[in-house]
Amino acid sequence: MDIRLDAISHSYGDTEVLRDISLDIPAGRIVCLVGPSGCGKSTLLRLIGGLERADKGRVLQVGTPPADSLNPLTYVFQDFALLPWRTVHGNISLVLEDHGIRGKAADAIIGDVLARTKLTDFARALPRQLSGGMKQRVAIARALAVNPAVMLMDEPLSALDSQTRELLMDDLVALWMRQPFTSVYVTHNLAEAVRLGHKIVVLSRRPGQICEVVEIDKPLDQRGYADPELEQVQKHLWTLMRDEARAADAELLHV
Amino acid sequence: MSDTTTPETTHTAVEVRFRGGGFAPSARRGVGVAVFVLLILLVEWGTRAGWISALTLPKPSDVAATFVELWQSGLLFKHLIPSLSRLAVGTTLGASIGIGVGILIGLFSYVRAGLVPLVAALFPIPKIALLPLFVIWFGIDETSKYALIAFGTFTPTVVATYGAVDNVDRSLIRMGQSFGLSWLSIVRKIVLPGAMPGILSGLRISLAIAIILLVAAEMLGAEYGIGAYILEAGSLYDLERLFAGVLILSVLGVTLSMVIGLIEKRLLAWRG
Repeated sequence: MDIRLDAISHSYGDTEVLRDISLDIPAGRIVCLVGPSGCGKSTLLRLIGGLERADKGRVLQVGTPPADSLNPLTYVFQDFALLPWRTVHGNISLVLEDHGIRGKAADAIIGDVLARTKLTDFARALPRQLSGGMKQRVAIARALAVNPAVMLMDEPLSALDSQTRELLMDDLVALWMRQPFTSVYVTHNLAEAVRLGHKIVVLSRRPGQICEVVEIDKPLDQRGYADPELEQVQKHLWTLMRDEARAADAELLHV
Repeated sequence: MSDTTTPETTHTAVEVRFRGGGFAPSARRGVGVAVFVLLILLVEWGTRAGWISALTLPKPSDVAATFVELWQSGLLFKHLIPSLSRLAVGTTLGASIGIGVGILIGLFSYVRAGLVPLVAALFPIPKIALLPLFVIWFGIDETSKYALIAFGTFTPTVVATYGAVDNVDRSLIRMGQSFGLSWLSIVRKIVLPGAMPGILSGLRISLAIAIILLVAAEMLGAEYGIGAYILEAGSLYDLERLFAGVLILSVLGVTLSMVIGLIEKRLLAWRG
């Protein structure tokens, strides 16, 4: 299933946040959205998943999601959004219960996604006992459990320290290599974008418009830490963004 | 700054003064009991020595004797059981309706706009003043007592509950929606557990108010009950019996607070 954004514009009151965004998100690819803070990249992600309604334009699903997909458009949030009163197992079973999946069937799915995210030993732990990186792995496991057609990731690594971020990037690459998934990945971190993105969409400052789309052909598993080729791309992205970011930083907030 | 080549040696080293710590009360076993024991011993000493007159306070040992007598005569349970059942029925009614209305206020804009001013208007009414009205509405027997206690526990429970629902992390609710959870699932699995700490601390206050109102409810048309017992002793200036009754109410308060503490320990174990 592909996602197509058709001339999306959005405002909060008098503040225009997105202007005329058209974009294709092809199946099996990771599309990174980067841009200065306040450029509306998280808003765009909420529009794609139907958590907000665009003022103008449409978000289209092209093709039908796989029949076994319980929740085609699934988010991974920056703040993890785990229920603190449920264990790791319970947090994942939460999203299965509403589909009538309980007991043995649920345990099989939960066992599988925990194994894929290397969390098998922590099924009975509560979120407060886990480190930030583990919490985000639980959130990723929860997203995998509903077999999404598109993963909508909203700065998933931004709340983590840089070492954990590196480890989790490797985990995400390994997950994708095992079974390629479609993803829209919002980040302000250009290193993340060049490591994970097949396509990097650079947004301007508010109102967000697409400045440039950069494609990286190098396979994900061949992209390493401090890869010179990727650094070149990252430098290019930064020259695109630097002035925008400076201007965005100097703006007064009206919200 | 001195002129020597080794400036370190000319300055004296002072250890950095510790200024952190505090503001973190922790459990101290037995201190609460010690305060009780100390106060009772003080009063006992004062009444025996004579610097507390018999009209000011009764001897704690006499109160204890009255209590034992009450126990042995079987009158204790004759008073306690009707009181406990009034308390149970009244608070169950008031708290459950209160939690229900509080959740509705927390979730629906129209309910909130309509009921918050009403609750604010009802809250400061001294419920005791309404007892005669309740007797007219519900009769002199048990129903008016249930109603008074229920009404008294309802308002604080509503206020605590909708405050607690307001404080539930919205990002968790968005998460539930993003996974396609039904409205009922979101309320049951995210809003309610998230509001539980606030609801339980509201319940603590409601239960204390319920005990206060129990005595008020038994002012009219109650033959048995702790409140009736205390009021009768009060009008006869029988201080020993008065204090024995007050003692029972205090023990009741401590017990209920401990029960809530146990419920909190069970339901809120995730807070660690």
